Amino acid sequence: MAIRRGRGVAAINYPTGMNLGGDPTQALVHSTPTGNFMVTLSSVDLGQGMKQIMAQICAETIGVPTDRVVVDTADTDTGPHCMGTFASRGTHRAGNAVIQAAREARQVMLEVAAEELEVNASDLDTDGQGNILVKGAPQRSISIFDVALSAHFKRGRSISGRGMFLIPRSYPDKETGAMKPSTCYAHACTVAEVEVDDETGEVTVLTVKNVFEIGRALNPKMVEQQLVGGSWMGISHALYETTEPYYPDRDHGGTDFNQYLMPGPGDLAQTEIIVLERPSADGPFGAKGPGEMCANPQIPAVANAVFDAVGVRIDTLPITPERILRALKAQASN
Amino acid sequence: MAKIPVQFTLNGAEKAEFFDSGTTLLNALRDKIGDTSPKGGCHQGTCGACSVIIDGELRLSCLTLAETCNGAAITTTSGLSQGGVLHPLQRAFLDAFATQCGFCTPGMIMAAKVLLDHTPDPSRDDVVEALSGNICRCTGYEPIIQAVLTAARSNSQNAA
Repeated sequence: MAIRRGRGVAAINYPTGMNLGGDPTQALVHSTPTGNFMVTLSSVDLGQGMKQIMAQICAETIGVPTDRVVVDTADTDTGPHCMGTFASRGTHRAGNAVIQAAREARQVMLEVAAEELEVNASDLDTDGQGNILVKGAPQRSISIFDVALSAHFKRGRSISGRGMFLIPRSYPDKETGAMKPSTCYAHACTVAEVEVDDETGEVTVLTVKNVFEIGRALNPKMVEQQLVGGSWMGISHALYETTEPYYPDRDHGGTDFNQYLMPGPGDLAQTEIIVLERPSADGPFGAKGPGEMCANPQIPAVANAVFDAVGVRIDTLPITPERILRALKAQASN
Repeated sequence: MAKIPVQFTLNGAEKAEFFDSGTTLLNALRDKIGDTSPKGGCHQGTCGACSVIIDGELRLSCLTLAETCNGAAITTTSGLSQGGVLHPLQRAFLDAFATQCGFCTPGMIMAAKVLLDHTPDPSRDDVVEALSGNICRCTGYEPIIQAVLTAARSNSQNAA
């Protein structure tokens, strides 16, 4: 009986979004009378930071500072339609819709500014600081604040835009079975080192080294945050979490945080994150979906590391001490 | 049923309210007083999101009856900033990206504050132990641990 060490590797690719009945998201953008911009979505920020990313995308597209953008995700009854926040799709789908809506709003904004400055709208550009300038003659300028006031009270224009991004449903080819279930894939690779106690079946994860390829990181600190937390959650899925840890039937399943196991701050593995940025062709500013996918490669990596350590293949999650001991017993009797 | 009069201080301000017997401090603070910084995660004392400080000690407000708090001094996360300036722990949590969805954050900050009040220069193990009653789903804990260690260092620099 001994503590045995093992190392496992796993690589994944992960589709951004889904292929059910078509995968659409809509966005609306409009300016307030003082030149702030509202993004209206039904896409939900459930803590991953969607509001921040959508504000960045809208601001970059219109050409204003991010703090001039307010994102409203208030109500799925009244807002523009979104399929939802899941399948790592939020940034990609909603982001593309926001770009389209913001472009249309920017065009109206430039048209109003053109009337005020008595120039052609195509001769205008934004400075990113809240002003619109004549290209090549930046001394001729107007603030977006004044453009919005003019649009509202003088010109009778609505500085607004509509965005709709749809990935149509892909059906398999009847002859070959070929299809295109996703247009955009993120990738990841994890190496996990574990110790397995072959007497108790307990697994300790020592290190987790992850490489994530996520398209362009629109907010690098938030990406890092998501990946560190996701890596932890992957270990949690591999070793601890299940709604049905007990048998013989569901009635013995966990009902609360006493019984639904998650590793706490004392159970952390040494974690390393490397981000590779390979901008996607159809993502907003090259982004893919780093959300859900970042909690996946740790699971097979840990399973492989357990196999490397004690020579048993556990193919049911989570990899509990009991499952390891049963497998070791079966292995010994063969 | 007769309501029970309870007086305590919340973040230094006098509060006097009538509560139904059996009202938890969590519900009293959120629904009656309007301080929603303590969060109701599990309502059974296992997640730590409802943590508050009562007379200097970390307590779970979901398991504390409001009527037992007569005369107590209660601190919540919403009372930490002074004159619009964030508490060093709040600053450190922001700077370290130690919060994602934010639901566990007030409880984490309460647990960290009690730690630093008693142990101004904690080891990493001290921090892990202090946070071990608080569940976070998003961050993987490491940024939170780093934030508490950073706040401890900035406190000791300010004191020096």
